Amino acid sequence: MTLTSINNHPLVNKLLTNRWPQFILQALLLAAFLFTILSGWIGTPVGSHNFGIVFLWITWWALLILVAVPFFGRGWCSICPIPLPGEWLQRGNLLGKKSEAGRSQVSKAIDGIGSSEAPSPQETIHRRWPRVFRNIWLQNGSFLLLGLFSPIILTSPQVTAVVLALMLVLAFATSIFFERRSFCRYLCPVSGFIGLYSQVSPLELRIRNKQDCVTCLGKPCYNGSTTGYGCPWGVFPAGLQKNTNCGLCLECVRVCPKNNISINLRSFATDLERPLTRMDEAYKSFIMLGSAMTYAAVLLGPWGALKLHSYAVFTPGWMVYAVAFLGLNLAILPGLMFSLMKLNPKGASPRASFTAFSTILIPLGLMFWLAFSLSFLASNVSYIGISLSDPLGWGWNLIGTAGLGWRPIGGFFIQPLQVLSLVGGLGWSTQLAIKMAKVQNVSPLPAIIFCLLTTLIMLWLIT
Amino acid sequence: MNPTNLRNFIASRTGKQLAWILIISSGLLIAFAPLPDFSRSAPQTHFIRIEANKFAYQPAQLHVNPGDIVTIELASTDVVHGLYLDSYDLAVQSDPGQTATLTFIADKTGSFRFRCNITCGALHPFMIGKFTVGVNQWLYRGWSLAILIVFGILASTHGWRRNNTFNIISIVQK
Repeated sequence: MTLTSINNHPLVNKLLTNRWPQFILQALLLAAFLFTILSGWIGTPVGSHNFGIVFLWITWWALLILVAVPFFGRGWCSICPIPLPGEWLQRGNLLGKKSEAGRSQVSKAIDGIGSSEAPSPQETIHRRWPRVFRNIWLQNGSFLLLGLFSPIILTSPQVTAVVLALMLVLAFATSIFFERRSFCRYLCPVSGFIGLYSQVSPLELRIRNKQDCVTCLGKPCYNGSTTGYGCPWGVFPAGLQKNTNCGLCLECVRVCPKNNISINLRSFATDLERPLTRMDEAYKSFIMLGSAMTYAAVLLGPWGALKLHSYAVFTPGWMVYAVAFLGLNLAILPGLMFSLMKLNPKGASPRASFTAFSTILIPLGLMFWLAFSLSFLASNVSYIGISLSDPLGWGWNLIGTAGLGWRPIGGFFIQPLQVLSLVGGLGWSTQLAIKMAKVQNVSPLPAIIFCLLTTLIMLWLIT
Repeated sequence: MNPTNLRNFIASRTGKQLAWILIISSGLLIAFAPLPDFSRSAPQTHFIRIEANKFAYQPAQLHVNPGDIVTIELASTDVVHGLYLDSYDLAVQSDPGQTATLTFIADKTGSFRFRCNITCGALHPFMIGKFTVGVNQWLYRGWSLAILIVFGILASTHGWRRNNTFNIISIVQK
């Protein structure tokens, strides 16, 4: 249900369509991102005292999971600095739209978008992303890859720096050879899960009036115009039904000649009323659920041997861990759900039910991550003050907080909050399962049993 | 009241409101009511030696009864390690090859993490153990709340029952 359009207000609309606020935020974040890479290479190797680790894996991660994704959906993507250099290269410009005459031959040659007339294949080296990969399987793979190595990535500033630099280079290289933000849409490991969970967000970008889009000449929101660029995510706004692929970059708001793009506040999880239909997205929901459970066991659990094996990459112990991690995410959890779906006495095929009911894992998974991140944040938050004052671990004391000792926060409140979020997530998923069962004309019980079982395990891991 | 009348009553607006009041009351009771302590006996004294080595404690899971007097001897065998007990806000640290002790009364019930509070290497933030006093309250409360919320929502939702698409018996039989 749409509550209100926030860009109806002229002042808000002006703020959103002006490129400067977004550009300033992105430029600051790009600087912080580059400093994160630098601090990984030249700063202290002690993760808990290195800006890179503390800024990325404690501050950014907590803000992303606890605030940005649940409330703003892909809000992070709208200010993410990773695709910026490639996008600047594609556009041949940092801000706004340059006239064709003012652009260099190089940027014209590499620019496949941004013109109201589509360039011929001879004029651009950009290609459309290969059809076979126009899904999120690669994002599932890149997230699993990060997950496999996460104990070492989360704790080693050098490894974190290498991973971030690789992402920057990959995003840049992708933007040279492929059109628009192909990296964000099809490769970025973070974008995949933000897209999945952005369906829960109470913020959406949609068109106001479909007829205006039908009669619109040139479709500048997709193809670009003299005032701005076509959708960097390759999305035609009139076709948007879910938040998954809208990066909230606001380019369509800027170029729409009829002011037909609205940013709406709505009820939470409106998108989830439409079930998932694709297997790649269904698997993403299992991967996110399984990864949260694995992280809770490895990083918050009392099992020292498990931590050591997950950290000692390419050793026999790590191989066993890797098989278990991949097996849980790709076979055990989906297999359990599929087996339960086969218990349905009538209705849709187990495969169709499996895909549709994986939608109910979205609120559950988000709450699993919230519960995990609460504990992670509470025990590590005091490192933020220390690393802000001494970001490289070189003995500085820039803001006078370098000497603050480590101290966890939350005390008695963290566990009840975690339990509340897990039980709340289960209740949310149960309600969604019942709604979905009506549409699918099957029983919700198998899916609810799956959610209950995984929640009981997660409660055991978290408490 | 025969089963049909009962089903109709639960499906009615008043019935649903009553069901939700019952569910919420039960939830609050489960979340906040003090749990009975079946293990209550005279306080005992525990001496527990914990070895800290390579980002792990051994033993890593401890269990005592409420009111017990606990002495933890921390023995580090590689680098300097610490032990900080969540919620109790107590800490001790041990140099390599040395031991250090910490004595306290286990007067807070539940399950608490203890963790290294001296930077000891890469996995330092995740060097964690578990200290349980009495029952792991939030585990049992959480499990009970999870089961309650599922049954509460199922019991208060009747559309699928009318459609006869929810058929536990046929699923069980299958």
